[in-house]
Amino acid sequence: MQIYLESLTMSLKQYQEVIINPLIKENPITLQILGICSALAVTNNLSVTLVMCVAVTSVVSFSNLFISLIRNYIPSSIRIIVQMTIIASLVIVVDELLKAYDYETSKKLSVFVGLIITNCIVMGRAEAFAMKQKPLVSFFDGLGNGIGYSIILIGVAFIRELFGAGTLFGYEILPLVSNGGWYMGNNLLLLPPSSFIIIGLFIWLIRSLQKDQIEEDDFEVSKHSTMPDLSKRELNV
Amino acid sequence: MFEHYLNIFITTVFIENIALSLFLGMCTFIAISKKIDAAFGLGVAVIVVCVLTVPLNNLIYNYILREDALTWLGIEGTNLEFVELISYIGVIAASVQILEMFLDKYVPALYNALGQFLPLITVNCAILGASLFMVEKDLLFTESIVYGFGAGFGWALAIVVLAGIREKLKYSDIPEGLKGLGTTFIIVGLMSFGFMSFGGISL
Repeated sequence: MQIYLESLTMSLKQYQEVIINPLIKENPITLQILGICSALAVTNNLSVTLVMCVAVTSVVSFSNLFISLIRNYIPSSIRIIVQMTIIASLVIVVDELLKAYDYETSKKLSVFVGLIITNCIVMGRAEAFAMKQKPLVSFFDGLGNGIGYSIILIGVAFIRELFGAGTLFGYEILPLVSNGGWYMGNNLLLLPPSSFIIIGLFIWLIRSLQKDQIEEDDFEVSKHSTMPDLSKRELNV
Repeated sequence: MFEHYLNIFITTVFIENIALSLFLGMCTFIAISKKIDAAFGLGVAVIVVCVLTVPLNNLIYNYILREDALTWLGIEGTNLEFVELISYIGVIAASVQILEMFLDKYVPALYNALGQFLPLITVNCAILGASLFMVEKDLLFTESIVYGFGAGFGWALAIVVLAGIREKLKYSDIPEGLKGLGTTFIIVGLMSFGFMSFGGISL
């Protein structure tokens, strides 16, 4: 009985870890470089982004669950095709559900729902976690990573929609000049490339708080370097 | 006729660049662009796989999946479009694996250069994206060959350019938290703003 309880608390701790860690500490987008493509194209509108987040989170959790269930029966030489088949079937289910219940959003997302298949979060977590761990833990790992992905996406969408169009979920927050208000929308934020720059700034923020994520230089400055000491740099104004 | 194909090629490489205008294949694009050599190898691999899979998927779409496509078999009233995604990704995964085995056996030099990148390509959304956009544009078989080559070439061009910029930036003095990934994102954003200027060109 005691052993059972012990293993239960152990596993509770593990569950907590796999859900909490991917949120900021091991965020899929800002640290693991997974699932960036869709982060860019769908973030100019908060409600569309939310649908995308739910779609990705459910696909990644369930694909982790199913792949982990059959992990011992997958021959390693054809594992990519097996994983792809599972993921693709899940995405087809999501796609058909979206078409049936929210056709408008499904039109706006166009090919990006299909591209969840190749969203590297799904594949990456299947390969790195679900192939080695038990089903339930894998499910929660998928859930955690999906939520970590959603946090960044929603953050980007929030900034882009609020400052680009002055609205949130389509409701007016900052009245635009063109509608007789005072806010001049920043059209640059409505263009897709701006989300790259916003994510770049997010990474800066996260890494200023989490110093251990800062990347090392690939080189060392030689002792004999004649380079000026940059730490004592002064501005010549 | 030649002009028409050139038109498709230029449009896919510059105006609708698959990396910088459509934002596909971003994960590998950012992860493997530290060195020009590696970026070039991956770029070539993407071109090869695109040229192979886009026309193949075009045939599959036109002769099997499309509405009433099976009339040549004497079966009418079919519409298999709902298995579109799974068949494309199957074709891509299979051709990558076959290509890998083929190169390993017959062109070992190229295999050693490309080998490590080939499995990565299966999950590169640029490849699947090219097939999906091919269907959306409703291209003919010959057009799809040109489109596949253009899509791969545009992606390769973009990743080599990004790797060049990152190599140049290696020794610059960047704020701690922005080092590596942070600056890369911002550079890609600026490059993509640059590529947007091709948007006004009509051929």
